[in-house]
Amino acid sequence: MGAGHTHALYVHEHSAVHRMAPPAKLVAALGMVVSIAVTPREAVWAFGIYAFAIGVIAVFSRIRLRFIAVRLLAVAPFVLFALFIPFIATGETIEVIGIDVSVAGLWGAWNVLIKAVLGASVSILLTATTEIADIIRGLGVLRVPAIFISIATFMIRYLELVSDELSRMRIAMTARGYDPKWISQTRPIASSAGALFVRSYERGERIHSAMVSRGFTGEMPALQHRIIAPSEWMAVLVVIVGFAGTASTALVLT
Amino acid sequence: MSASVHIHGVEFAYPDGKKALNGVDLEIGPGERVAVLGPNGAGKTTLALHLNGILEPSGGSITVGGLPVVETNYAEIRRMVGLVFQDPNDQLFMPSVREDVGFGPANLGISGEELAKRVDTALDIVGGGEFADRPPHHLSGGEKRRAALATVLSMTPDVLVFDEPSSGLDPAGRRDLIETLAGLPMTQLIITHDLPLALELCDRSVIMNQGRVVADDATRGLLRNDDLLAANSLELPYGFDHV
Repeated sequence: MGAGHTHALYVHEHSAVHRMAPPAKLVAALGMVVSIAVTPREAVWAFGIYAFAIGVIAVFSRIRLRFIAVRLLAVAPFVLFALFIPFIATGETIEVIGIDVSVAGLWGAWNVLIKAVLGASVSILLTATTEIADIIRGLGVLRVPAIFISIATFMIRYLELVSDELSRMRIAMTARGYDPKWISQTRPIASSAGALFVRSYERGERIHSAMVSRGFTGEMPALQHRIIAPSEWMAVLVVIVGFAGTASTALVLT
Repeated sequence: MSASVHIHGVEFAYPDGKKALNGVDLEIGPGERVAVLGPNGAGKTTLALHLNGILEPSGGSITVGGLPVVETNYAEIRRMVGLVFQDPNDQLFMPSVREDVGFGPANLGISGEELAKRVDTALDIVGGGEFADRPPHHLSGGEKRRAALATVLSMTPDVLVFDEPSSGLDPAGRRDLIETLAGLPMTQLIITHDLPLALELCDRSVIMNQGRVVADDATRGLLRNDDLLAANSLELPYGFDHV
């Protein structure tokens, strides 16, 4: 029960990218996203290089491009917004299929579109090749403050329990003939949200008791992680140098 | 490996004023296994939470292995007393079972090889090797229960306190649990509504009602006393009339 949600992002495969140490993958992903973000929008060739590199990594990871494309729908709202920019922006215009659009607006739309798509592709690759718990452990290795690690750990652990609880409540309501059609009939939904909050709060208290019972005094013990091999850091270095090099060249040229 | 538990006149009221314990007296010898029976709301779980200082009594005293359960001793008391909660989901909060089993010993300052050894030993006792690296939400009910037990065994406790250990288990899971508990040398306090389990595991049982111990005797004798059982909302399962 409840195996979905947090694991929907992960694709079980046995590739070199899957096996790579999570902290190394996190550093590489961060380097890639920062490089993409700082690249000037006019350097279209640079984005071509990024897209090609991401495609190569996806092939190495045995992640199908179709999987990435479907996941990319998550950025659709931002992209939709970007599509309006050429029509709203002012300044010099250019005629595209009979409609006058702003040149600056076109560049703005391109900027949002390409960076959103490439940046999201990097995160999709990261989460498809790394289990969510390993990402959290990796953040711990990278010295992200312990309090953030704890919050993320608990959130992921209990998100599924809370959503299971929610679906049981929904089933219980449906079983007693609840079938809302009008806004005035949504009152039970609001009160069930309240009940869920109280239940979660009480669970929080019980978990805290369980932690204190085992000697918890306010500091979580470090999560497990394995030693990262020098070859893994080398791979990270290659990726970052490639992306950062492309970004720097683009910055210098434009 | 096992310690005695002395509970003298323990009283406790929840912040809303509800009196949960009204002077509980209970003596448990080292290595003894005692079942705590009684209706819902009798104060059984509240008593369990007193044994390692999660709740502090407003009156009376508790000692475990001669050590008073007071704030200055909490660190040692929490090592000595392993509490297994009713809902294993409350007890398993780390990303993997192995990390969860290591949580207690890590809080005791144990790390590296010694920590790994403790975790492996605890998992061996419950037969949990095969699910050690799985996240808790991928475990079955029985596996969760075994994992929860391992999380306290890794602290090498002298006293184990179980809150409804067999609730929600299928018959095979319940059988595994009974066999595991029977093989553990620690002093055990088992809060349960499962009377056949109490009879099988514990020579002695106490019945609690309205925050007091109202009966303390050999389990078999208690379960034969129909009037006593009826007065405390207890009932043997159908077909078990002659224990």
